[in-house]
Amino acid sequence: MDNKRRQFLTESAKLACQAGLIGLGVGIYARQAQSTPPQALRPPGALPEPAFQAACVRCGLCVRDCPYHTLKLAQSLDLIANGTPFFIARDIPCEMCDDIPCVKICPTGALDPSLKNIDKAQMGLAVLIDQENCLNFLGLRCDVCYRVCPLIDKAITLNLQHNQRTTKHAMFMPTVHSNACTGCGKCEKACVLEIAAIKVIPRQLARGELGEHYRLGWEEKRKVGHSLIPDQLDLPDRMPDKPSDFQPLPLQGFKP
Amino acid sequence: MKWLILRRFSQISILLLFIFAPFWIIKGNLSSSVLLNTVPLTDPYLLLQSFFAGHTIATTALIGALIVLIFYLIVGGRVYCSWVCPINMITDAAAWLRNRLGIKGGNTLSRQLRYWILAMSLLVAFVTGTLAWELVNPVSMFQRSLIFGGIATLFIGIAIFFFDVFVARNGWCGHLCPVGAFYGLLNKISILKVKATNRSKCDDCLDCFAVCPELQVIKLPLKGKDSNPLILDANCTNCGRCIDVCDKQVFEFSHRFSSSLSQPEKIIHPQEDLHP
Repeated sequence: MDNKRRQFLTESAKLACQAGLIGLGVGIYARQAQSTPPQALRPPGALPEPAFQAACVRCGLCVRDCPYHTLKLAQSLDLIANGTPFFIARDIPCEMCDDIPCVKICPTGALDPSLKNIDKAQMGLAVLIDQENCLNFLGLRCDVCYRVCPLIDKAITLNLQHNQRTTKHAMFMPTVHSNACTGCGKCEKACVLEIAAIKVIPRQLARGELGEHYRLGWEEKRKVGHSLIPDQLDLPDRMPDKPSDFQPLPLQGFKP
Repeated sequence: MKWLILRRFSQISILLLFIFAPFWIIKGNLSSSVLLNTVPLTDPYLLLQSFFAGHTIATTALIGALIVLIFYLIVGGRVYCSWVCPINMITDAAAWLRNRLGIKGGNTLSRQLRYWILAMSLLVAFVTGTLAWELVNPVSMFQRSLIFGGIATLFIGIAIFFFDVFVARNGWCGHLCPVGAFYGLLNKISILKVKATNRSKCDDCLDCFAVCPELQVIKLPLKGKDSNPLILDANCTNCGRCIDVCDKQVFEFSHRFSSSLSQPEKIIHPQEDLHP
C-alpha cells in the first residue's frame, strides 16, 4: 500500500472514531431523553412521543403564541428533551383557546395542523388517582374538578353512589370519560387538596386496553338488534311431587 | 475595524431583536422564526436532521428553510457563523485571550472532524428517530437559552470559551461545529466572496494569517502563482477580518464571477517565503 493512501486511511479512521465516540454518547443520551416525566404534558396536537422529538425543532413559536404562558421550553437541566415545549397542569393548565394558536404557528407539523377543534385535543387524560383523599370520595360535596371542567358533564360526570359508611347519604363520584377528556389540566390545577387527587397523565400511561377478541355483549346486541347467542335454555322446573312437611324455624327474638 | 464593528452589531442586534422586539417584528429563535408575522425562517440543518429522523416536513418549515438557503447561497453559508451565531463572540474572545497569553500548540484536532460530526449527527437522528444532536448542540442551546432564558447559556459559554483558549485554537468553530460544517457546504456555490484583489501589494506581514479563524483558506488565493484571487474555500466565513487588518488593502468583498486583479501580476512572491 502506498504511503499516501495509508495516511488517508489512518486519518479517516481517526476521525471516524472521534465522531463515532461523540455519536455513541449522543445516541445513548437521546434514548434516555425520550422518557418524559408523566406530569410534563405536550401542547395540543403534539405527535406521539418519539415522532414529536423527530419533528419539533425547538423554536419556541408555540411558547410565544400561547396567550396564557402555559407552555414552556424545556431547559437543559429539566428532565424533558432539551428545548421542547411542555406544560405542567398544576402550575398553569391549558386554557383550550378556540383558535389553537400554538398549533397554528408550529412550522414543522410537530403540533398536528389537522387538529381544528380544541375539544378533540388529547394532551393527556385526567385520572382521579388518589381516591383515599378525594373529598368527594370521603363523602363531601367538593365537586371542584367537575365544576371547572371545560367539558363539564362530558369529560367529568358525577356518579351517584350510596354512602356505605353513613348508610343514609349519597356520594358523588367524579368520573372521567376518556372519550371526551382533552387533558387540559384545569381539574388538576383546581383540586383543593395540598397535592391534587386528580392528575392529568399521558394517555398511554392512563389507558388500559381490552384484548382484541373481547366483545361487549350489550353493545353487539344493540348493533344487531338481537342477542348474538341463542337465548338461554329454559329448563323445566322440577317441583316437589307433594307438599313438603318442612317447617322453617321461628326467628329468634323477632318482633314485627 | 469597520467589518468587525458591523459584525458585532449584526450578532448583537439579532439577539436583541429576538429578546426584546415586539413579537410582530420577529418571534421564535434561530432554529425557526416568523418575521413580520408572515415570513417563515427555518434552519435547513435542523430540517435535514428532522428528515433523517423520519419526519415528513410541513410546508411552512420547507418554505422557511428555502428562504434561509437562498439568503446564505447569496452571502455565503458561513456568514451564519461570523455574522449571526452568538457563539462566535465567545470563540473570538477566546482566540483573543489565547493570543494574549501566548498559548501555542495543543491542537491535534483535524479541521475535517466537523464533517464527520455533521454526518454523525444525521446518523444518530436516523438511528434514534429523534433530533438527537439537538439535545447537545451547543449552538442551538446557547442561542435558545439566551432568547428564552435558562442556565445552559452560562455553562455552554464557559465550556466553549475555555476549550478554545486552552485546548485548541478555534477549536469549536474551526474543527468541531457541524452547524458551521453544514453552512460551509453552501459556500461551495455561494456568491459573495472575499478576494485578494491587490495581492501584488502584499508585503508578507502575515497579519491576515494571524487574525483569520480558518487561516488555511487564505494561502492559495493570496500567494498561489497564477491562482484565482477569490477565496473559494468552503470554510471562509466572510467575516472580513483580513480586510480590516490589512494595511495594504489587499482584500475586498467581491463575488464568485470576478477573478480580475487590480494590476497584472509582476511581483510573484515565491511560495517558500510563506510561513503561516
